[in-house]
Amino acid sequence: MPALNIKKGSTKHSAYNLRPSFSEHLETHTLAVLVDNEAGVLARVIGLFSGRGYNIESLTVAEIDHEGHTSRITIVTTGTPQVIEQIKAQLGRMVPVHEVHDLTVEGRSVERELALLRVEGTGDKRVEALRLADIFRAQAVDSTLDSFVFQITGTPEKVDAFADLMRPLGLVEIARTGVAALSRGS
Amino acid sequence: MTKAMTGAKMVVQALKDQGVEVVFGYPGGAVLPIYDEIFQQSDIRHVLVRHEQGAVHAAEGYARSTGKPGVVLVTSGPGATNAVTGITDALMDSIPMVVLTGQVPTFMIGSDGFQEADTVGITRPCTKHNWLVKDTGSLSATIHEAFHVATAGRPGPVLVDIPKDVQFASAKYQPQAEAKTARYQPKVQGDTEMITRLVEAIETAERPVFYTGGGVINSGPVASQLLRELVDATGIPITSTLMGLGAYPASGRNWLGMLGMHGLYEANLAMHGCDLMINVGARFDDRITGRIDAFSPRSAKAHIDIDPSSINKVVHTDMPIIGDVGNVLGEMLELWKARGRKVNREGLQRWWAEIEDWKKTECLSFKPSEKVIRPQHAMARLEALTKGRDRYICTEVGQHQMWAAQYLGFEDPNRWMTSGGLGTMGYGFPASIGVQVAHPDALVINVAGEASWLMNMQEMGTAIQYRLPVKQFILNNERLGMVRQWQELLHGERYSHSWSEALPDFVKLAEAFGAKGIKVDDPADLDDAIAEMIAHDGPVILDCLVEKHENCFPMIPSGEPHNKMLLGEASTQDAIKEGGAVLV
Repeated sequence: MPALNIKKGSTKHSAYNLRPSFSEHLETHTLAVLVDNEAGVLARVIGLFSGRGYNIESLTVAEIDHEGHTSRITIVTTGTPQVIEQIKAQLGRMVPVHEVHDLTVEGRSVERELALLRVEGTGDKRVEALRLADIFRAQAVDSTLDSFVFQITGTPEKVDAFADLMRPLGLVEIARTGVAALSRGS
Repeated sequence: MTKAMTGAKMVVQALKDQGVEVVFGYPGGAVLPIYDEIFQQSDIRHVLVRHEQGAVHAAEGYARSTGKPGVVLVTSGPGATNAVTGITDALMDSIPMVVLTGQVPTFMIGSDGFQEADTVGITRPCTKHNWLVKDTGSLSATIHEAFHVATAGRPGPVLVDIPKDVQFASAKYQPQAEAKTARYQPKVQGDTEMITRLVEAIETAERPVFYTGGGVINSGPVASQLLRELVDATGIPITSTLMGLGAYPASGRNWLGMLGMHGLYEANLAMHGCDLMINVGARFDDRITGRIDAFSPRSAKAHIDIDPSSINKVVHTDMPIIGDVGNVLGEMLELWKARGRKVNREGLQRWWAEIEDWKKTECLSFKPSEKVIRPQHAMARLEALTKGRDRYICTEVGQHQMWAAQYLGFEDPNRWMTSGGLGTMGYGFPASIGVQVAHPDALVINVAGEASWLMNMQEMGTAIQYRLPVKQFILNNERLGMVRQWQELLHGERYSHSWSEALPDFVKLAEAFGAKGIKVDDPADLDDAIAEMIAHDGPVILDCLVEKHENCFPMIPSGEPHNKMLLGEASTQDAIKEGGAVLV
């Protein structure tokens, strides 16, 4: 039998590896998806991510055009470059999806998230919490004698940093909106 | 001017406007108003199946053999859930289909009503798109949009869920022309610059190969015609996936046979050794690629596909071309001619010499036995005795399916109906019914294994009722042959639950339904039995008892690349390594 001139054991990967030989490097991308605001559209998008094993780090959705019944979904996701491309292609072929924008590659963009944090404490800790909130430009939107609710807006990293600082000062509960993102003007 | 009509009447009107001739279905409480309308007209024919799964597979067979969308009508709850397997099958194989399901009335949705199921929720991942219609005013437009989505771009199944009160209420009928189709308009024209690059690559390639798939058939007869012209004019060898058989004729000069896990030696080695792979409407399925990181390691790869998400999904593509296969092939052919019909003649000559060498392996050769019918022999005889006839072949799933693909030659598209992506046992028999409904006078044969066939055997009733002369050619090895083969190769010959105990007498079974049954177990009688099956004017079950322990070769063991094929029993020892064992 004439053998093909293929080097034996030309790969080090195990036979488990059915993954393509694409880059294994992970990237985080922010996608803006414009969709028809119809029943089930969010379930479709979420189902795509869970069904195909993609990550969702953050997802926000709201109607942006009441008359046109259009919603904007902002998704922050992590994957290899090939997976990110797949996600965009899979989203793009869905019937109610009008546009898919990868804000991470389409020039500069602004990303903001809003969080509410309830911090309970008295004495020095309470003063310190208020002082840090001031530095972070967080507002106290509710206060009692032994608690604050702070509202903070910023990038997810800023919210993370603020939450980390609040934890030893009595952070008991946090609610985050997830990221809303928009490309900057040119 | 359009007048008001009930939702049920709208459904029938919309189907008529869409040119639907046949609906496969099963009635139930939540679709009674639609069935009442069907009763009162004669333009649309309704074929009553015996199980909703059968309706969907029959619609698949209809669609695959005609190129038109298949239409299914079933009731809510169990009607819809029984259809799910077929819908998923259609999604995996890109079969255009519109499924209409009844639903409990809108005011009962969410109350766990009788025969209520969240049909759009259940079918969301297995349809291209689906709709729950909540008011009669939008019903007709939704059905028209459904047909558009099912057939535009990469075809697939869609589902429209219609609550019973929506069927009873009246509203204005919106004709097809007013339906909303603008939001789903997939790109069908390929990028000319990329097509030019591909044509340049064809002109210089030393070892090019066409790797074609179901997309060529889905694109329509023109695509197959253009493919034939391009392949014959360039002299490039061509192989095809299971789903693409018939796009290029098996008798064609450049045909290498099917590729993949049970594909031909020469086809797989050509894929492995090529320097230019031209993928036309195929999707680098794992049955095709084998081990990805050793898949065709030295080739530049072009990929023509209508679905952008197929590009770079599993294999990196150097020349991605998104568009309808027919359009792209047309443009390629024109451009190649205009540039002077160049190919690398010397390279091609050497390449063909290499391929001819591989062909000498005769990987499909077998020695017929005088004592027992070997399944390969049964297929070879079926091929010999039906050659030249315009025949339609369906299959179930398993060893028999691979033998049919290997030993039967397909000369035209739309003549081969098989469950490729999902691998649904029980597909073939109902599919053969759908094919026969579409082509009443044609010879329609379902090559089956006894285990697969039993999964939808209730459709014998349908075949008899509608006088559909479908031929059920059962290769009966009293085993789940492919499961048995894997257990032999992989699980130390421990044949866990892979035999068919308590089989019926298929001749008596056929007779019980009012059909003809034939049994054959002697190789000497095989030809007569096949001839008798073909000659009989009515449904036939041919129970062909074959060698029980035959394995299907060639075979690429899972986890291995194309050049590690097993050609026969002698090479199977420890062929599947630990790593491959986890793969399916």
